[in-house]
Amino acid sequence: MAQIRIDSLRKDFGAFTAVQSSSFTIEDGEFFMLLGPSGCGKTTTLRMMAGLEMPSAGQIYIDGEEVGRKPASQRDIAFVFQMFALYPHMNVRRNISYPLISQGMGRRAVRAKVEEVSRILGITDILDRPVGGLSGGDRQRVALGRAIVREPKAFFMDEPLGALDAEFREHMAEELRALHDRMGATTVYVTHDQLEAMQMGDKIVVMNHGVVEQFGVPQEIYDWPATLFVAQFIGSPPMNFLRFEGSVAPGDAVVTIGSFVQGIPQLREGHAGELVLGVRPEHLRLDDGSDYRAVVRAVEYLGTTQIITLEAEHGEVKARVSSRDTVRVDQTTGLAFNERTLTLFDAGTGRALRSAANEEVLRHG
Amino acid sequence: MSGYSITEPSLRQKWVAGALVAFYAIVTILPLVWIIATGFKSSADAIAYPPKVVFAPSLEGYVNLFTTQTRQTAEYFASHPPETWYERIVQSKGLTIAGPSRFGERFMNSVIIGFGSTFLSVFLGTLAAYAFSRFKVPLKDDLMFFILSTRMMPPIAVAIPIFLMFRSLGLSDTHAGMILLYTAVNLSLSVWLLKGFIDEIPQEYEEAALIDGYTRFQAFTKVVLPQAATGIASTAIFCLIFAWNEYAFAVLLTSGTAQTAPPFIPTIIGNAGQDWPAVAAGATLFLLPVMVFTILLRKHLLRGITFGAVRK
Repeated sequence: MAQIRIDSLRKDFGAFTAVQSSSFTIEDGEFFMLLGPSGCGKTTTLRMMAGLEMPSAGQIYIDGEEVGRKPASQRDIAFVFQMFALYPHMNVRRNISYPLISQGMGRRAVRAKVEEVSRILGITDILDRPVGGLSGGDRQRVALGRAIVREPKAFFMDEPLGALDAEFREHMAEELRALHDRMGATTVYVTHDQLEAMQMGDKIVVMNHGVVEQFGVPQEIYDWPATLFVAQFIGSPPMNFLRFEGSVAPGDAVVTIGSFVQGIPQLREGHAGELVLGVRPEHLRLDDGSDYRAVVRAVEYLGTTQIITLEAEHGEVKARVSSRDTVRVDQTTGLAFNERTLTLFDAGTGRALRSAANEEVLRHG
Repeated sequence: MSGYSITEPSLRQKWVAGALVAFYAIVTILPLVWIIATGFKSSADAIAYPPKVVFAPSLEGYVNLFTTQTRQTAEYFASHPPETWYERIVQSKGLTIAGPSRFGERFMNSVIIGFGSTFLSVFLGTLAAYAFSRFKVPLKDDLMFFILSTRMMPPIAVAIPIFLMFRSLGLSDTHAGMILLYTAVNLSLSVWLLKGFIDEIPQEYEEAALIDGYTRFQAFTKVVLPQAATGIASTAIFCLIFAWNEYAFAVLLTSGTAQTAPPFIPTIIGNAGQDWPAVAAGATLFLLPVMVFTILLRKHLLRGITFGAVRK
């Protein structure tokens, strides 16, 4: 079991910078998500941690020991690949045994260990089958078996559910999380699926263009995004943005959008110029009493809730409201914001302005 | 993609297709059958006109191929009655066996040089292909083109320089020289073919092995090589066929010790008239090793040819 610390990690491929100056710490036993769109550098970061890629600069510490220049075989970690990478010329048992054989473990001990692991994963009945004919889920389990059999310091997983079909993914995600809770090993998990990250992770790092955008527990990241990118990437539908010209000063608890005055958490810093007000769809109410007017453009029924798309003066917004409310397309209505949940962004830099509500979160993100 | 339809072909289409395949098979197989048959004919039957399709089989060709013979007097035959079946065949023509011919030696030369150079070109080719496929090699594309370019000149264009080099290096008419030469010629083929095969093997397999605690070399031998077996087998077949059949260099650079079968077989003709059965017998035996080798690796070869054609 291990704590993993990344310090100013950087990777260049020729002129292209895949990862620039990433730093974060993964605590012992955490299920840690590296989240971001494709090409954001999350996989490269993971591969550097695993020793499959040499960092251009920066340090990687596993349990306090700097391992950046060590070969993968000496880092005592396990890696689950997206395409599983089971050795195709070996059967299931040989695949799972393989990491133990490299350590020179005796034949009988290997056999016992493989049996034990396959019982945990429920694959005892396929041990002697070739890996070629296995279903996606079984391949996934064998890949996991190969990873956990050695009891490594940490598990690294690169989109391990990406190759499975949607229906099965949910099930496997639960199984994975249960396995983690049972073993308590530090797990680093790369995904581009924000739902998967929120659902499974203890902590999330959101990356974009090789830069760490935010780092924290899922709820903090969801409620108090540090940047416009995070606000938009996380949540479905994403956070709504109202873009406007204005100015705010430290200590302000209201913001003026055009002629509309809206209360917000008290600001700790000010900005003048282009601003963005961010509000989650579930923090919007349709309220005829409100002075902020919008026209309903579309209604999506989702069972208990419905998503209302509205056109307002400062952009299109989506509201998540109860299905019991009756809403008609083309109807004009007022919009009320839940003021304790609002975030104000500097449109130029894309960073959230610190306020009484989010300063705690932004301090360590 | 055309020529593929999801409807069942009609009976007539099947007949036409079958007839075409049969015709092609006859065109390719008939010469082979004729050579094999001629090997079992007597000298008279071999040159009979009209050609004989049905004939009394004889091993005369094979006996002639493996022996040298001299003429003897009737008194000699009276005092030395034939003891074996092959002596009887030879005596019936008024000849006697003087000793073994050089065919066995030449055939062994072909085996040593053919398989030796095949092994070397596949061995070196696999290592080179792996390096080109997996590592950052400076000027990779230029080097790959350079390797290919060694194959662009016809043998005859480089024959004289190679002849002179071999003479001054003392490699003329040696096994080592011929193995070296065929390896050099085959390497371009084997590096290019094998690089294609190794490129198709996902790198994750090796990375998994590296993480499982194996060294790069162990990952190569235990994970990459078994995966590349198909490619290695088909490359080996192509290399062997080239080295086995090569004539131009062999006739120029070998004359005795290291002479291979291809330049030797034509010399049989001149030994005692035009001995077609012996030539045919030599050609038949010469065909066998490559045929056996190809049949043994047939499964790999088929998979090799269609490798990468279908996305799995």
